Amino acid sequence: MSVGDNAATAVERAVTDAHRREWAFVLAATARVAGDLDLAEECVQDAYLAALDAWARDGIPRKPGAWLTTTAKRKALDVLRREQVFRAKMPLLVEPDEVAMDEPDDDAIPDDRLRLIFTCCHPALARQAQVALTLRLVCGVGTGDIAKAFLVSEPTMAARVTRAKKKISAARIPYRVPDAGELPERLDAVLTVIHLLYTTGHTAASGADLVRADVVGHALNLTRMLMALMPDEPEVRGLLALLLLTDARRATRTDARGRLLRLEDQDRSAWDRAAIEEGRDLVADAFRTGRVGRYALQAAIAALHATADSYAATDWRRILRLYDDLLKVWPSPVVALNRAVAVSMVHGPQAALDEIEALRQDGRLNGYHYLPAVHADLLRRLDRPEEAAVAYRAALSLADNEAEREFLAARLAEVLDPAS
Amino acid sequence: MPQYAVLVYQAAPGDPMQISPEYEAALERYPAQVEELGGRGVAGYALQPSTTATSVRGDLVTDGPFIEAKEVVAGFFVIEAPDLDVALKIAKLNPVHLDGGGVEVRPLFTPPAE
Repeated sequence: MSVGDNAATAVERAVTDAHRREWAFVLAATARVAGDLDLAEECVQDAYLAALDAWARDGIPRKPGAWLTTTAKRKALDVLRREQVFRAKMPLLVEPDEVAMDEPDDDAIPDDRLRLIFTCCHPALARQAQVALTLRLVCGVGTGDIAKAFLVSEPTMAARVTRAKKKISAARIPYRVPDAGELPERLDAVLTVIHLLYTTGHTAASGADLVRADVVGHALNLTRMLMALMPDEPEVRGLLALLLLTDARRATRTDARGRLLRLEDQDRSAWDRAAIEEGRDLVADAFRTGRVGRYALQAAIAALHATADSYAATDWRRILRLYDDLLKVWPSPVVALNRAVAVSMVHGPQAALDEIEALRQDGRLNGYHYLPAVHADLLRRLDRPEEAAVAYRAALSLADNEAEREFLAARLAEVLDPAS
Repeated sequence: MPQYAVLVYQAAPGDPMQISPEYEAALERYPAQVEELGGRGVAGYALQPSTTATSVRGDLVTDGPFIEAKEVVAGFFVIEAPDLDVALKIAKLNPVHLDGGGVEVRPLFTPPAE
């Protein structure tokens, strides 16, 4: 390989690196000038392209993020000037004279990434659109890959993203971090989007799907970024803890053949100790603030599972108390169902059966396979195999994930023929 | 400032003579609240009940609203607001919720200049 080739590779690597690290920062800063996310995205893409030539010619800048931001902003201003008559009608997010063009270093560039995240997760956008926009604009993921992760066609995903961007511009969804009064609710929407990203990647069939593994990585990076930007929000810490503690067990969720393993059957020695440690510290931090919400509480439960020597030796009493608290801040039937499992471990399966009966009467979880699956498991433990079989069949008819269907079919076979 | 239409929906037929005294009293206070939030009312109308509506599709003339639904447009108004967040705050304060109704916020279209 010649010296020139080496240099070219170094430049490519620097650009790729800057894409991974600085995309959100560059786009967020450019959006201020462009007044329109679509135009901003175009200009940022152009800036990354321009970097390939310019950095090969002039050397890699000391602060690639600042170089990219200045270049993208300049392109945006050029477009605005060229289309002045048309753009005069377009809403500007900030007045152009607020923009200083020749900032020598990125310390002087205001960090607008929070504005970008809150805009992508604005409640006036559908959840699906929030998720797609966050991946696209904050993480810089291509539409094709987003489509693959959410199992829709690329044109469908492209239309979804375009529609959302048009709504932001036409309805004037502001490019702003919400004020203190709105912040808790708005932050919750952001955390929900990130959590949804994580679970989309996490519940994917193991191995085959690399795109979905990337989505897990993006969710973790987004949460770390959010924590750096909002260090005083315990729920951000809670979410990062929850993701780390869940992800620490990712490798053991399925066996070598891709079949789901129950928590009690997983190889605890293969869990990621470093991730568990970090998650546990974050939970402790969040609890010290005295302002714990649903993510910190879920993370605390996950931490107790992750640090227990075995399923039986788990501190179920504390887990049950945490579920009581969780149900208070988040009165969801899914939480009540998970709490019922904890009840069964503390007070026995018969007590839990009453909770399940209440949930069946409630009706909101009809259609959710996990309700009859838990029901079936309790009946099995109470040595009522015929009733358990009925409940396993009900769960099977509702589950759509292949790994879960296989798991339920195996349990059904067990209660039908205990000798096997 | 951008303008938004706010469409007010109520259970059919949406009769303005049948609104609750609470709703009526709250409506008196509403314009001042809109200003406090940083918006401005441009125009507003209440409609006769949807039983008085006539719909026209080409040559076909039918009695009743254009789309048969449990809820109907009972009125509409236009506001100016600096952005959607302010428009939504104004919409949330609309007292129609006292009578079980709700509103839809739609930005007004302005054609791009040539």
